[in-house]
Amino acid sequence: MKNKRYIIVGNSIAGVSCIEGIRKIDKNGEICVFSDEEYFNYSRPLISYYLAGSLKENQLNFKDKQFYKSNKVKLFLNTKCEKIDFKRKILYTKSGNFEFDYLFLGTGGKPIIPKIKGIENVKEGIFTFMKLKDVKKLKKYIEKEKKVKNVTILGGGLIGLKCAEGLLGRNIPLVIVELADRLLPNTFDFIASEIIENKLKEKNCEIIKKNTIEKIISKDGILKEVILKDGKKIKTDILIIAVGVYPNTELIEGTEIEKNKGIIVDEFMRTNINFVFAGGDVCESKEFDNNRSVIAIWPRASRQGKIAGINMAGGEKKYEGMFLMNSVELIGIPTISFGITNPENEKEYEILKKIDYEKKIYKKIVIKENKIVGGIFLRDIERAGIIIGLTKNKVDVQVIKKSLINDKFGLLYLPENYRKHIVKGEGIEV
Amino acid sequence: MVRRILIREEYCMGCRLCEIFCITEHSKTKDIIKTFKGSEPKPISGIYFEEIDYISFAIQCRHCEDAPCVESCLTGAMYRDEKTGAVLHKKEKCIGCWMCVMVCPLGVIKIDLENKKVASKCDLCIESGFPACVKNCPNEAIILVNEKGERIEE
Ligand SMILES: Cc1cc2nc3c(=O)[nH]c(=O)nc-3n(C[C@H](O)[C@H](O)[C@H](O)COP(=O)(O)OP(=O)(O)OC[C@H]3O[C@@H](n4cnc5c(N)ncnc54)[C@H](O)[C@@H]3O)c2cc1C
Ligand code: SF4
Ligand code: SF4
Repeated sequence: MKNKRYIIVGNSIAGVSCIEGIRKIDKNGEICVFSDEEYFNYSRPLISYYLAGSLKENQLNFKDKQFYKSNKVKLFLNTKCEKIDFKRKILYTKSGNFEFDYLFLGTGGKPIIPKIKGIENVKEGIFTFMKLKDVKKLKKYIEKEKKVKNVTILGGGLIGLKCAEGLLGRNIPLVIVELADRLLPNTFDFIASEIIENKLKEKNCEIIKKNTIEKIISKDGILKEVILKDGKKIKTDILIIAVGVYPNTELIEGTEIEKNKGIIVDEFMRTNINFVFAGGDVCESKEFDNNRSVIAIWPRASRQGKIAGINMAGGEKKYEGMFLMNSVELIGIPTISFGITNPENEKEYEILKKIDYEKKIYKKIVIKENKIVGGIFLRDIERAGIIIGLTKNKVDVQVIKKSLINDKFGLLYLPENYRKHIVKGEGIEV
Repeated sequence: MVRRILIREEYCMGCRLCEIFCITEHSKTKDIIKTFKGSEPKPISGIYFEEIDYISFAIQCRHCEDAPCVESCLTGAMYRDEKTGAVLHKKEKCIGCWMCVMVCPLGVIKIDLENKKVASKCDLCIESGFPACVKNCPNEAIILVNEKGERIEE
């Protein structure tokens, strides 16, 4: 039988996991991977460590060259995919055309750039924080322009905070401007944010909430100042825009591939065209809450890429949905937060809390109808995974509720059948 | 060969010998008397020992199928050893992002906040070939099994 030809667009975690998925089933098929970036492999979340200087460029990879070699992958770097002919199954790139039998789209996300007055006049001083290329530019700018005294970050979500972490590593004074009333608004509550904010303030990092940038002032193309909604003016040498990402669907715009916000896929990660699959930040899939959405996190891209690969190669595996979860360490305080942590209608939920301001320990678990739906852990994080596991498996926690935020909480507190279930592993009876 | 450690919690009497032998096995000298001497940083056991009153229980990494810790690791530090199926950890790659901690449903990854590294995780005693905890459990509360669940003796 003729070998199958697979094409993967995007060489980040979704694309790489797709390679692994394919090779689980099909050892001989031809795999070509395309990336419009020039670096052979790097882990996107590590760019903040690179900015801080704690990792060098050659330490950013999550797979080594051997990985591509032993999986017999042809890797095309610096090669943008421009068009796809779905009828004839041909991919057009700037370095030639390629035929395929199966196609995986792992093109990820793009930073949202809000239309702020005056932004179009700025030639120097505004950056995004997504790609290694962005960070290299930023780093160069900081190192070259020794006069960089202030940096403003627009957005206090995951990427904004990661960027802040990187800059604090370089001891640069910062201002973070966030529209919501707290940092990491998707998974933090007020208290978690407050604890982190107080620590950040000690480090020369100012946080301005419930506010946004309305106007940008520049002179001869060089950024000078930002003006906030409430009229406050902030002198700044650098502005980093980190208000969020949206799926990068450029490649399939105007084609028959169905999309909403992201490319729509079913539980096999298949698009509406049966030989085209997608996964990661570019795709919209049915998630844990039964709604279709885009959750832009690494573990999801990793899982989806692998599942797509398995199905492309003729295996059968379903994606079961995830919820938003973040692990962010800020100024020495590790935090894990996930799911619904700030329910609007509090009456329908039960909330367990434990706070030690002195030690910066905070635990919060949100329960609805005896099932955990979200939580926050500051500092004391080692066993947060057990709680997340209970959430994912929809375990009834009624009888163990009291012990959930107990310092000694562990597996022994779990309902016996659930404990046995997770302890035994697949295929082994206890 | 894929193998797993099986826990029979009914048999655990809480002696914590598994922890001691795990630490010894992962020390430089591998000598129980000298374990803590000449080993810097001090080895930490890959076993999570829990007890409530008289009930006790020792558990280590399950080397899960589709291991969520491997899927979530931002650096490739957590990986699956294709030969043995064990989930292993490369300390030099680890940056302490705690993604693995977040997704491990057993909470068995011990962390070193100071040095920002996963401090210890069961490696099935890859080096010696037979898990020290299994070998030394006096009550056979932890045993080693193969893929089919059949017991493996040393
Ligand atoms: C600074 C930062 C920190 C983060 N930290 C965390 C974290 O701690 N935990 C977490 O869970 N998540 C984190 N994330 C999110 C995480 O990085 C993403 O969810 C993940 O990278 C998504 O992977 P992906 O493969 O879907 O897409 P991406 O990583 O976005 O990769 C897509 C790739 O496709 C390429 N591409 C796009 N179009 C084309 C084309 N037409 N032709 C060729 N190539 C193309 C792109 O250049 C890119 O290389 C962070 C993100 C950022 C930016
Ligand atoms: S560390 Fe946890 S998630 Fe990873 S393989 Fe072991 S038990 Fe499974
Ligand atoms: S803490 Fe280390 S092993 Fe765990 S996910 Fe992060 S880099 Fe990987």
